[in-house]
Amino acid sequence: MKAPSFAYAKPRTLAEAFELIERPGAKILAGGQSLIPTLNMRLSAPELLVDITGLAGLSNIEAKNGAVRIGALCTHAMVERSPEVREHLPLLAEAMPHIAHPAIRNRGTLGGSLALADPAAELPACAVALDAVLIIASRKGERRVRAVEFFKGLFETDLKQGEILVGAEFPKAEKSAFVELTRRHGDYAIVGLAAVTKQRERRISLFGFADRPVLIRPGSLEEAKGSLPKPAADLYHSSATKLHLAKVLLERAWNRL
Amino acid sequence: MEQTLTTTMTVNGSQVTRAIPARQHLVDFLREELGLTGSHIGCEHGVCGACTIRVNGEVVRGCLMLAVQANGCRVDTIEGLSDSKELERLQKAFHEKNALQCGFCTPGMLMAAQDLVRARKKATREEIRAHISGNYCRCTGYQAIVDAIDEVING
Repeated sequence: MKAPSFAYAKPRTLAEAFELIERPGAKILAGGQSLIPTLNMRLSAPELLVDITGLAGLSNIEAKNGAVRIGALCTHAMVERSPEVREHLPLLAEAMPHIAHPAIRNRGTLGGSLALADPAAELPACAVALDAVLIIASRKGERRVRAVEFFKGLFETDLKQGEILVGAEFPKAEKSAFVELTRRHGDYAIVGLAAVTKQRERRISLFGFADRPVLIRPGSLEEAKGSLPKPAADLYHSSATKLHLAKVLLERAWNRL
Repeated sequence: MEQTLTTTMTVNGSQVTRAIPARQHLVDFLREELGLTGSHIGCEHGVCGACTIRVNGEVVRGCLMLAVQANGCRVDTIEGLSDSKELERLQKAFHEKNALQCGFCTPGMLMAAQDLVRARKKATREEIRAHISGNYCRCTGYQAIVDAIDEVING
C-alpha cells in the first residue's frame, strides 16, 4: 500500500527539532525501518514527520569511564562494525547480526530501536541486561533513565512529549552471551536472551517473552529456570512453548556466564 | 494540499532534481518518475527485498526510505550496476546456474549478492544464506542462487 499524506521537515539543530516535535500530530523519523512499514500499511497516520537524521553529534561511538556511549543515530551497521563495541561490549557485537538483514541494518538506528520498544527486539533486551542508561534531551535539558525504568510496556517507554532520545551509555561487562530462536535468520525472535555477568552477578534479559524485556538475576541455572514468569503467547507459539524454549536458551547460555 | 519538496539526488551517475511528494517512497520515485522499473515492489514493508538498491554505496530497502530522504545522496539501481558491468560475473553465474525462474526477486537478489561479493574474499554457503536472508525467492528454493553466488565469491 501507499503511505497516507503527511508533511516532512528535516531540522538541522536540536532546538529546531524540539520546536517541530511539539506541533500537533508530529512524529520523529530516524532510520524509518519500523515507522515507514507502518506508514505504508496505513497503521500510522502522522501529520508531520520530523526527520532527525540531519542532527549533528548523534552518530558517535565513544568508550570512556568503563562504559561505551553510543549516539542515537548510529545505525545498526555502524555498531556492528565498531571496534569499541567489539572490544568493550561483546554482547552487543554478538547481537547485532541478529537484527533483521544487512539492508535494514544500514538504515535502522540504535535510538530508533530503543525508542520503539518492540518487546521482540534485540537492543532493548541488551540495554536491560547491561544496565544501560538512556540519555533523553528536551528543551529543559538532558535527563538520564536506566533501561529497566525506560521500558514501560508494549511499544511504551518513559519518553514524553517534546523529548528526543539522543543516546545510551552501556557499561562494560566481563562475560556475556546472546542467543535467540528464529524461524529464519533475521526474523524477530520467537524467544531470545541477552545475558551478562557483572561483578559476579548474572543479569539475564529475555525478549519475545512479555510486553517488555524481562530481567532475572539468578544464582543458579535451576533458579533461573524456576524464576521465569509465564510468557505471553504470540500468533504462532503458545505460552508453554515459549517457556520451554526459554529454558532451552538458558541452558545454552549458562556455561558462558 | 500535499507537501512536495525539491529534492536533488544522483541516480546511476546522473543528477536529477524534482519536486517530490513527502509521502512517496524511493522505489516509487525511481519507477514512476524516472522509469527505472528494474527495482521491484513486492511487499512494500521491508520484508521481501525485491526493492534492494544502493544509497551512498550501501544496500537499503528502497520501500523503507522516503524519496525526499535521498536528498543529496548517490542512488544506484540494478540498471546502473548492469550498465557499468559491475554485476557482470554475478549475472553470468545466475544465468548458468539457472538461479532464477520468474525473475521477480532477481534484481534485489543481485544487489544483495553484490554487497557480499564486494565485502568478502571468501564466504561459506551459510554466510551467503545469512546475507541473502532478507531477500525472498518463491521459485528456486535458493539452492541455485547460493550456487551462483558461491561460484563468484569462491571460484
